[in-house]
Amino acid sequence: MTTNHTPLLRVQDVVKHFDISGGFLDQLRFKGGIHLEKTTVKAVNNVSLFVNKGETLSVVGESGCGKSTLARVILGLYRPNAGKIFYDGQRIDTLTHEQWLPYRRKMQMIFQDPYASLNPRKTVRQTLEEPLRFHNPKMTSQEAMDKVAYVMEQVGVDPAWIARHPHEFSGGQRQRISIARGLILDPDFIVADEPVSALDVSIQAQILNLLMDLREKHDLTYLFITHDLSVVHHISSRVAVLYLGTLCELASANDLFNEPRHPYTRALLSAIPKIGEKKAKHIKLKGEVPTPVHLPSGCVFHNRCVFARDRCKKEFPRLNELPNGSFVSCHGVEEGWPMA
Amino acid sequence: MKTKLQQFKESYFLYSFRRDMVAMASFVVLVFFLVIAFAAPWISPMDPYDSANIDIMNSEIPPMWMDGGSMEFPLGTDNQGRDMLSTMFYGLRTSIIIGLGAVAIQAAIGIVLGLMAGYLGGKTDAILMRLADIQFSFPYLMVAIFMSAIFQVVFGAGSFEQLAIPLLTIIIGLSNWPMFARTIRASVMGEKNKEYVEAARVIGLPQRIIMFRHILPNALTSVMVISTIQVANAVMSEAALSFLGLGMPVTKPSLGSLIRSGQEFFFSGSWWITVLPGLWLVLFVLVINLLGDWLRDVLNPKLYKG
Repeated sequence: MTTNHTPLLRVQDVVKHFDISGGFLDQLRFKGGIHLEKTTVKAVNNVSLFVNKGETLSVVGESGCGKSTLARVILGLYRPNAGKIFYDGQRIDTLTHEQWLPYRRKMQMIFQDPYASLNPRKTVRQTLEEPLRFHNPKMTSQEAMDKVAYVMEQVGVDPAWIARHPHEFSGGQRQRISIARGLILDPDFIVADEPVSALDVSIQAQILNLLMDLREKHDLTYLFITHDLSVVHHISSRVAVLYLGTLCELASANDLFNEPRHPYTRALLSAIPKIGEKKAKHIKLKGEVPTPVHLPSGCVFHNRCVFARDRCKKEFPRLNELPNGSFVSCHGVEEGWPMA
Repeated sequence: MKTKLQQFKESYFLYSFRRDMVAMASFVVLVFFLVIAFAAPWISPMDPYDSANIDIMNSEIPPMWMDGGSMEFPLGTDNQGRDMLSTMFYGLRTSIIIGLGAVAIQAAIGIVLGLMAGYLGGKTDAILMRLADIQFSFPYLMVAIFMSAIFQVVFGAGSFEQLAIPLLTIIIGLSNWPMFARTIRASVMGEKNKEYVEAARVIGLPQRIIMFRHILPNALTSVMVISTIQVANAVMSEAALSFLGLGMPVTKPSLGSLIRSGQEFFFSGSWWITVLPGLWLVLFVLVINLLGDWLRDVLNPKLYKG
């Protein structure tokens, strides 16, 4: 993958596998002689993508496709098994805890479940002041208070509620507080892990609009993780489609929605209901999503793809750049097979 | 803004307490015991630890409602002529001090090790939990015998009398920490995968702060429940050790050593030396356990939060 400028974040061939094989006795196998066998969940496989400054990159995919794992690998909550991650040109996946600290101020995260992401024992003030105090030990308490009040106003929570505990707020308000915690260090880059999927539909739009307003005001860059395709088109500059921990397609939102290239993307987009459509042109996929413990050979999508040929079963497709700047990993698109 | 007091008045905690007769009664009895224990030097008729007060001619006087009893010794005297009532007050005091001290030691060790095992996981967890298993497989009586034997060799048997309370506290404290460690570990493992812990990690907080300031406060309800029950257990352990002659010396009897000194005279008719401190101990342990049960029900979020 080549770009002619330095992106804010670059993820290069990142692999994250989780060992779920348990202890020694669980690993013991007697088939064909005694040996140890490790069972791994292959959550993220060779994913490469980049996020430019000021854009919103959405990562979409079904549940269990490795979206959240990717987010956590990028933020250093998990160490990748292989691959490199660069922030502003600096490699960050190998840093120690202390070396990470300057990047913690610049990269923050908003979590999915506002009921779990706020510590129930801490007041709003404690939750919001903690990152400030930790990263700015010299800050006076008046400065910290002012900053907390300012950020609370920004996210639409009345600063008068500063001494309350999370359980006194509604889900939408909690998510606003969670966003405030993400913003309080003035970050440049925010990973939002399904920030609206735990909320009421009526609140979702408010929170999304808030996130977009904040992007304008604070010049933020988002990595937006979601499975809700209907919001993706509105909020993102570009979209990355993940399937079974593998990147299928990375394209600008308009290109992706108008002219999806990868067979999986087409099937996914055809599932969005449209108003006024008489006959659904729903592409029905056969079978189930395979488990990430035993990945299919070759292209991970081959056993469900209507266009799959022999090559797909044997060879893992590379991510190729198309003339319009999209990236697609599909043998069919690469070789120009008829796909209608 | 509500004050803390108002919040407490409106809390479910107080509400359920006032509706539970058993808990209220236990609490009243417990407070009564605690007041007696700590006011013992001022309210007891005599100081049983001061040998100047003891007259051997007064030994084995029965309680006042029996033939031969006197108003001077309302609950009778023991085999050395000590007033039973005063000795029971002082004995309770000793038992409570040892019980609370032992639980403080258990909690300190158990919380730190349990937090580390639960949060760090992997090898740390395996090592600490095997250590707890080993500790658990030693009967505390055996540990107590070892430790008091070593102690008497090191410091000489004479100094045992002065140092019996701290020594017993340490023995009982050390032998029961795995209870705390296991409970804490279980609740920490439930908490550590919640998103607020990940949020704290994204902020960059060090592990120490995440463990003690974020996870521990959320795991403390189980500590409260287990602490009350462990106080009762520690008091029982102390009584058992003293009964076996490994605990408080005869000159400074706790409830256990009082029961022991009485059992030699039990069949010669002086039943009160054993039975009265025994009942005293049973009542004390019972109210703590009843309160602990009530606390466990109240703090169990599944029962009221839905």
